[in-house]
Amino acid sequence: MNLEKMILKNVREMPPSGIRKYFDLINEMDDVISLGVGEPDFVTPWNVIEAGIYSLEKGHTHYSSNAGYIELRNEISNYLNRKFNLKYDPKDEILVTVGGSEGIDLALRALCGPGDEVIIPEPSFVAYKGCTTFCGATPVTINLRKEDEFKLTKELLEEAITERTKVVVIPFPNNPTGAIMTREELKEIVDVLKDKDIIILSDEIYAELTYENQHVSIASFEEVKDKTLVINGFSKAYAMTGWRLGYICGNRILIDAVKKIHQYAIMCSPTTAQFAAIEALRNGDDSVREMNREYNRRRRVLVDGFRSMGLECFEPLGALYVFPSIKATGLSSDEFCEKLLMEERVLAIPGNAFGECGEGYIRACYASSMEDLLEAVKRIGRFVRKYM
Amino acid sequence: MEEILEILEKNCRYSNEEIAKMTGKTVEEVEQAIQYFKENNIIAGYTALINWENTGKETVTALIEVKITPQRGVGFDKVAERIYKFKQVKACYLMSSGGFDLTVIVEGKSMKEVALFVSEKLAVQEFVTGTATHFVLKKYKDNGTIFKENKKEDREVLFI
Repeated sequence: MNLEKMILKNVREMPPSGIRKYFDLINEMDDVISLGVGEPDFVTPWNVIEAGIYSLEKGHTHYSSNAGYIELRNEISNYLNRKFNLKYDPKDEILVTVGGSEGIDLALRALCGPGDEVIIPEPSFVAYKGCTTFCGATPVTINLRKEDEFKLTKELLEEAITERTKVVVIPFPNNPTGAIMTREELKEIVDVLKDKDIIILSDEIYAELTYENQHVSIASFEEVKDKTLVINGFSKAYAMTGWRLGYICGNRILIDAVKKIHQYAIMCSPTTAQFAAIEALRNGDDSVREMNREYNRRRRVLVDGFRSMGLECFEPLGALYVFPSIKATGLSSDEFCEKLLMEERVLAIPGNAFGECGEGYIRACYASSMEDLLEAVKRIGRFVRKYM
Repeated sequence: MEEILEILEKNCRYSNEEIAKMTGKTVEEVEQAIQYFKENNIIAGYTALINWENTGKETVTALIEVKITPQRGVGFDKVAERIYKFKQVKACYLMSSGGFDLTVIVEGKSMKEVALFVSEKLAVQEFVTGTATHFVLKKYKDNGTIFKENKKEDREVLFI
């Protein structure tokens, strides 16, 4: 039997990650400073870990309800209201998922199939395009521009909408660019979408990681609240990536639909992580603030570093990433990253890994110790001088 | 400006230039702030946090509970001053406990040296009415730093 042929075309034809080679390379090198990993370097706050351990000691090792423990959904509801002025009924408008990623997958599977189009602003997290393709729908990408600070504009969105558009992904604060959308900028998007039969999938996993401005959720606009699904979770805000816990919120008709897939495919999210998350939401605000302040310092160091090398670098006001242009070196994103790794032992990710329009940029993640970042800036500076 | 203090408290070896970058201020602003902090005894000194156990050098730390009779007019402060001025005293706190008044942290080369210091210098002070000495067997965490912490990177590479 030809096993290859047994695999679904959509899956077979999905190219493997273009940056796999870097990961293979750094496994064989010492002294690499990695600005490549997209997750917090902090360990989960101890009070949160301890709550997880305690739940195990008490023997809480069973399934929860499909939607997640009601105590957790209550806390999520309070939290979203307190922080982002979002009101969701814990009873039937919130579903606890295995990371924010599961929410993305559920939403796209519940809403899209062959013939449907999903608008995805790029550069962005690779899962949107992947999950869209896996459910047989067509990804329609928007190339965001540096001159707009990689924000989604009304014009770009209008151009991309067709009669087949089913979902628009709003991925802000953005991985990989660090771009955010202000209330005024979101309002323009809301005006385009409010009277259209299009669902908004707003991925707000980096909502706690904004600097200078508080994050604004597109769901806080009453005009589009009912047609918006909000994705959020614990990975980035509370440094809980390995716990795999997120949630998706929206109108009960939509949540009922995604819950159906969740209950058949996943049953429920890990219960230890749910107990830990309850503690995170009840007593985690100080830890979030402290980590945010530390990220902000690192962000400034990295932005200043790239700019003083003579590389153009717009000010990223959210997430964990800096997205400088490396066009002045004359190298492609791929060449830049490969040479940088080989010559100076610093790993950054080529911008085009997040969409073709990321060519000419690199993504550098500042979730590393300050010592490592200061050293990385020195090394990259030395590297850039050779090519400019 | 408080942020500068937070940064220095974590690591006082950052240069003014580095702190300026971290805080988004100019180097001059940082210099002026640090100058102000020094002059106003807000930054009282810079030290390294040393895990002496790993050097092989013998040191002994003890926590001593001291009971004292407060003096008219100056309360506990005068007695405390006579105690904390000894160089063997690394820290001295006035407590709200009912059982004793001062916690005194003393360091010495040996248990004998510390015990002698307590009996010859502390216990004999005029207004000291009693002492109880507790020797430290192991330091797990000091000044917010866990000594045996594993700082190895355990994030695996994956694409996100």
